[in-house]
Amino acid sequence: MSGVRVLVGTRKGAFILTADGKRSRWTVSGPHFAGWEIYHVKGSAADPNRLYASQSSGWFGQVLQRSDDGGTTWKTPGGGGGVTTAPGEMPRGESNKFVYDVSPGSGKPLTTHQWYDGTQHPWEFKRVWHLEPSLTDPETVYAGVEDAALFRSRDGGTTWQELAGLRGHGSGPRWQPGAGGMCLHTILIDPRNPRRLYTAISAAGAFRSDDGGDTWRPINRGLHSQYIPETDAEVGHCVHRLALHPSRPGVLFMQKHWDVMRSDDGGDSWREVSGNLPTDFGFVIDVHAHEPETIYVVPIKSDSEHYPPDGKLRVYRSKSGGNEWEPLTKGLPQQDCYVNVLRDAMSVDSLQPCGVYFGTTGGQVYGSADGGDSWAPIVRDLPAVLSVEVQTLP
Amino acid sequence: MIRVVLPPHLQSLAQVGNEVSLDVSRHPLTRAAVLDALEARYPMLRGTIRDHVTAQRRPFLRFFACARDLTHDPPDAPLPEPVATGEEPFLVVGAIVGG
Repeated sequence: MSGVRVLVGTRKGAFILTADGKRSRWTVSGPHFAGWEIYHVKGSAADPNRLYASQSSGWFGQVLQRSDDGGTTWKTPGGGGGVTTAPGEMPRGESNKFVYDVSPGSGKPLTTHQWYDGTQHPWEFKRVWHLEPSLTDPETVYAGVEDAALFRSRDGGTTWQELAGLRGHGSGPRWQPGAGGMCLHTILIDPRNPRRLYTAISAAGAFRSDDGGDTWRPINRGLHSQYIPETDAEVGHCVHRLALHPSRPGVLFMQKHWDVMRSDDGGDSWREVSGNLPTDFGFVIDVHAHEPETIYVVPIKSDSEHYPPDGKLRVYRSKSGGNEWEPLTKGLPQQDCYVNVLRDAMSVDSLQPCGVYFGTTGGQVYGSADGGDSWAPIVRDLPAVLSVEVQTLP
Repeated sequence: MIRVVLPPHLQSLAQVGNEVSLDVSRHPLTRAAVLDALEARYPMLRGTIRDHVTAQRRPFLRFFACARDLTHDPPDAPLPEPVATGEEPFLVVGAIVGG
């Protein structure tokens, strides 16, 4: 019987939740990397046993972990497991080396971006927010980092090179940090055209490459943001999350700082589909595995009140690609609930019926095995959840 | 052999115990030489104590030895003789900053 593996990153470690296709009984493994912030864990679609994890710490910085056995064991790629290098050989240990490309040959290297007060500030690497494995090659993986940039590894995470055309395309000096920092948090790969990539940055906006990441352009037409001087500027928008359905990769959904948006032309233009949501602030957005017009968000009260409206944790589902939304409440707390659901903390499986999962800053991971009609906590008391990814296993 | 005491998170990352021994022949012994040897023996620690490129100490880490705070000494300053002889360990310590 097929099953699912839910990869959970938290403030104090990673957890792996597994179940068979019924998704009613769960096994919890972890904490892995106990005490470290795990911003993201994601598996390769090309090899489900290949997992990548972003491990970081305010003390010790960034560490990149890889598993080749579905999360049973982990190693720092190229760094060994306490193994020395050969005599005379320089240690590699570069899996956590994310160095911005400032070489003249790469185009237009940048040294500063906009700071909170509008002044220019140097680019400084802080952490990896998101890891996106290639859809076809387990050795290739993209990393979205803070301060915002996109890196790629073609050797299983052992070494990383910046795709400098993103920062260098011209708008970089106008990017600014959101409240969570200036992070590149979303990387989408078009499954029909792997040379088409989408990224999203807080607070800069969404960007698209049609040449495998060499060159980029902003795709923010139709976005309006009150917190920037020119409300419909080319960049400066705090995009919280993008999502697409593999069968229709030209249709994009966006949860912005405020506003839920939709594009039907690969991001060339956007329209608002917030409709009857109780608030259109939020972080997550995702698409049903089998119904490309069915999307999910978790409305959050406001940008200063990071909890659900009225103390009720409600997932909202639209079966019409936006505008008409229904609250999903069965099994979710409907009073005194003041958790947040962060931008990388929702995912879906591809079983029948589709499973939907999300994690909260209160340490709960909720799952629905019926497309959102009903929910149950898989775990209740983890550290604050930063990310949730799901693998559907054969 | 010199001795280096690591904080718990780096112990688990390097899969070692509280203290590691390193063969460092440089005289006089310096912090840079200790960290070079440590990172050569345990490559997964590169970037976790000092920056990959600038070799600057990460801000929330401190270096102690012989009941002295050596954090702000230059990286090429000689370390106390008891560290060089292995009588005393060189300590890498996480600063108390919450978390």
